[in-house]
Amino acid sequence: MTATLTAPVAPPRPSNLARDVGIVMLRELRPVLHDPFSLIFGMIQPLVFLALFGPLLAGSVGTAIGGDVWGWFVPAILVMTALFGTSTTGANLLFELQTGAHERMLVTPLPRSSLLVGRALKEMVPLSGQAGVIVAVMLPFGLRVDALGVLAGLVVLAVFGVGLGSLSYALAVAVRKQEWMFWAVQQTLLFPLMILSGMLLPLETGPAWMRVAAEFNPLAHVVAAERALFAGEFLAGAVLAGVLSAAATAAIGPLVGIRVMQRSAD
Amino acid sequence: MRSTVVVMIRIRGLTKDFARGDRTVHAVRGLDLDIAPGELVAVLGPNGAGKSTTMRMLTTLIAPSAGSAEVGGHDVVTEAAAVRRTIGYVGQGNGAGHNQRVRDELRTQGAVFGLDRHTARRRADELLDALDLASLAGRKVSSLSGGQRRRLDVAIGLVHAPSILFLDEPSTGLDPQNRANLWSHVLRMRAEHAMTVVLTTHYMDEADAMAERVVVVDHGRIIADDTADRLKADLAGDRIVVTSSAPGRLAELARRLSAQDARGGVAACAKVPPAEARGAIVGIAARPGDPAVTIDGARVEVRVADGPRALPVLLAAAQAEGVPVETAQVQRPTLDDVFLTLTGRSLREAATSERSAA
Repeated sequence: MTATLTAPVAPPRPSNLARDVGIVMLRELRPVLHDPFSLIFGMIQPLVFLALFGPLLAGSVGTAIGGDVWGWFVPAILVMTALFGTSTTGANLLFELQTGAHERMLVTPLPRSSLLVGRALKEMVPLSGQAGVIVAVMLPFGLRVDALGVLAGLVVLAVFGVGLGSLSYALAVAVRKQEWMFWAVQQTLLFPLMILSGMLLPLETGPAWMRVAAEFNPLAHVVAAERALFAGEFLAGAVLAGVLSAAATAAIGPLVGIRVMQRSAD
Repeated sequence: MRSTVVVMIRIRGLTKDFARGDRTVHAVRGLDLDIAPGELVAVLGPNGAGKSTTMRMLTTLIAPSAGSAEVGGHDVVTEAAAVRRTIGYVGQGNGAGHNQRVRDELRTQGAVFGLDRHTARRRADELLDALDLASLAGRKVSSLSGGQRRRLDVAIGLVHAPSILFLDEPSTGLDPQNRANLWSHVLRMRAEHAMTVVLTTHYMDEADAMAERVVVVDHGRIIADDTADRLKADLAGDRIVVTSSAPGRLAELARRLSAQDARGGVAACAKVPPAEARGAIVGIAARPGDPAVTIDGARVEVRVADGPRALPVLLAAAQAEGVPVETAQVQRPTLDDVFLTLTGRSLREAATSERSAA
């Protein structure tokens, strides 16, 4: 205990949202990077899903999707991975809400929006790795993708993930005293959204009401945009619809998140 | 750069109401308080008194329902971001993320407050050394003991060398050794940083020993505000505890002496020099209307202004009147006695009743 403290320290730099988002994202990533097993299993899971579900899909609905099973399914698997990751952002937060770590972050100069966006974007880092691994593994099996399209698709997913992650964050804050409620709501919403997005099975062969419902599901537009982008069809109408859906989700999510955070204090 | 402010914390009419179903809970009711730079102030009160709610308003975690507060010259509502840049905060929970590593959390906190990478690293290392955490720097927070986590929370609160440090019940749940250890660190940090420190506690001994100023809060209001010594001297007084085989006679004698002292005639009655007796045995009631003399079996307790001077007076008077005395001692007051005098409840009773009500 002979340490000498040097205070006051350097004057604080002005607020910078990008820097603050980066700080939050890096803080969230550190435990993942320190735990290689979770990273490895995170990489393997989508491949297992592809290996088991892909052949079934090819045999049952291959013609309905135009025969290019992997070109149809690989982008969807990445959307699904992003969906699971960002929609459970709030679950990680629940523990910090209970212990006091989240409260500590609220009494810092970090803007509330950086807490939402940083946590959601953290999911995009392993997702980018997963995308690279999946594409590399599936190339020998006939997958053909446009490299720029894959990058653009990841950016769209990141934008959508910011919105969804913020909504997940808001849900965690809203139900922080009843943890089970988070999972009940998340699961109840997640699966209808997935099915009505045509992510796992084509909606073209489904009833008309499902196709109508899908039109109002932003996730359906994001999935369609990802498929078009992976195929290099940058000018397809589906891309614009997907980008707008992702942007709308990204605009609404943080607004709801910040509002819930403010209301939760009372 | 820090601006110079004469008053570090200024609170005016600070109020917080919570809606709970169809009723309103008045958690904080119109507090007025000024805290000067460098003061160490303990906000003392039972659970539910409004201590933590006040602290949460001052640290911008919740907005007041009415009134205003300025911290470091910044309004907690309209300049919340500036307040957050000025203060350090150690909440009731564990501020460090359980999945994080000790050193990482300190560096992150430095980055959050705008320190460059080099400064954040240096500062983290200094605090790890200063708070005896250097050997734990690479450990996950979840593997630390309660005392170690608390020290880490304090280190996190100090990374940016704040002008004001808020500590919300920092030692709750720690054993006495860890509490003492934590406080020695906090006091040393405060001396080195010349910080203003505001802490809430329901440990009376902690407030008594650590704080230069004690603000006693009950039911959302400030009921006393002074140094611990003055609060005890002015509000509680000393207690003379005497055991006797004739407790009724002894109690009657004490009441008579008290009344005579109030009229200036105790010296003659007790047959002691006037200068030794005057004013010493004037009874101090637990609160207005309550008796200053109480009997519990053979035990007689007399609240007096000055115990060491009053005891010989009482003993001399007892001997002169033939009242038997077996044991006698002077007990100095505690802050619990102050609270009892002010509210008619001890802090422990108040804490229990608030928990039952909750």
